[in-house]
Amino acid sequence: MSQQLLKDLTMEYQKPEVPQFRAGDTVKVSVKIKEGNRERIQGFEGLVIQRQGGGISETFTVRKVSYGIGIERTFPIHSPLVEKVDVLRRGKVRRAKLFYIRGLSAKQSRIKERR
Amino acid sequence: MAKGILGTKVGMTQIFNEEGKLVPVTVVSCDPNIVLQKKTMENDGYEAIQLGFKTKRVKLANKPELGHLAKANSAPKRYLREVRGHELYNFEVGQEISVNIFNEGETVDVTGTSKGKGFQGSIKRHNQHTGPMAHGSHYHRGPGSMGSIDPNHVRKGKLLPGHMGVDTVTIQNLEIVKVDTERNILLISGSVPGPRKGLVFVRHGIKAESIEALNPADYVVAVEEPVVEETVVVETEAQEAQE
Repeated sequence: MSQQLLKDLTMEYQKPEVPQFRAGDTVKVSVKIKEGNRERIQGFEGLVIQRQGGGISETFTVRKVSYGIGIERTFPIHSPLVEKVDVLRRGKVRRAKLFYIRGLSAKQSRIKERR
Repeated sequence: MAKGILGTKVGMTQIFNEEGKLVPVTVVSCDPNIVLQKKTMENDGYEAIQLGFKTKRVKLANKPELGHLAKANSAPKRYLREVRGHELYNFEVGQEISVNIFNEGETVDVTGTSKGKGFQGSIKRHNQHTGPMAHGSHYHRGPGSMGSIDPNHVRKGKLLPGHMGVDTVTIQNLEIVKVDTERNILLISGSVPGPRKGLVFVRHGIKAESIEALNPADYVVAVEEPVVEETVVVETEAQEAQE
């Protein structure tokens, strides 16, 4: 019963619809950034290397390579700061967590498209 | 001391705050507490109110208990605790105290009984350091020297292995993130002592700014309409008499 209560409580903070994507997909995350009173939206485009957790604490990690340096950002999936997640490309992978990508060169880390 | 309410720990979760950041919170379920007794200066030498929490079966209560509860017209309660201080002293016997005595953003202290850990060594129990694990040290997790040979006994207060946990623990300066009056729930940032379903006592922070005494009329759900009607009638009668 208490677990049900926790679920109900966090339900109010969760988004009704979460975009369908999984590890291996290439996504563009629109992140709200507050600068004083102004608010603007910044894109973060890259490969989803994991989706982790459940309920309100579910997160996903996006990896991109910027000027030769790998950058990973983890976003809570229900965060109000994550405006939207656009799926640009669906990738075919055989693993749920793609940490092996980190050690590969750009050429080796290509992922086939999922049909 | 302060205003307070009894509740049970439901569990922990996370919620998003206004900035969009995830905050860890403990959910404390506080069904309305009932005021069972008022301790007065003349009778008891101090001022406090006694709160009852969580109804139990009549069969589990003994006769003196039932007599005590009859004064407040209440069902038998499992937990009775006293709250000292002026903040809640305006409440009368039989009135209910619910979560709405707290505001969001308020600083509170939470008291609970910590989880039992059983018989533990001095490293876990007293945060002592371990000895070196290698290089033939032969001294890994011991409690250290028992002290000087001179007194011929171990000095009092020497930290030794023993039973750990099941202590009364108070965590100070926690913030109330949300008050849910519909479900009688408090969301308190951070962790709170004790297991799930454990009794916790949420009080106004002792190090927070002191607050004014609460007026029960603002917080009690019970409606006192008949009283209002009477006063109206008296006024009209008085007007008629003047006319």
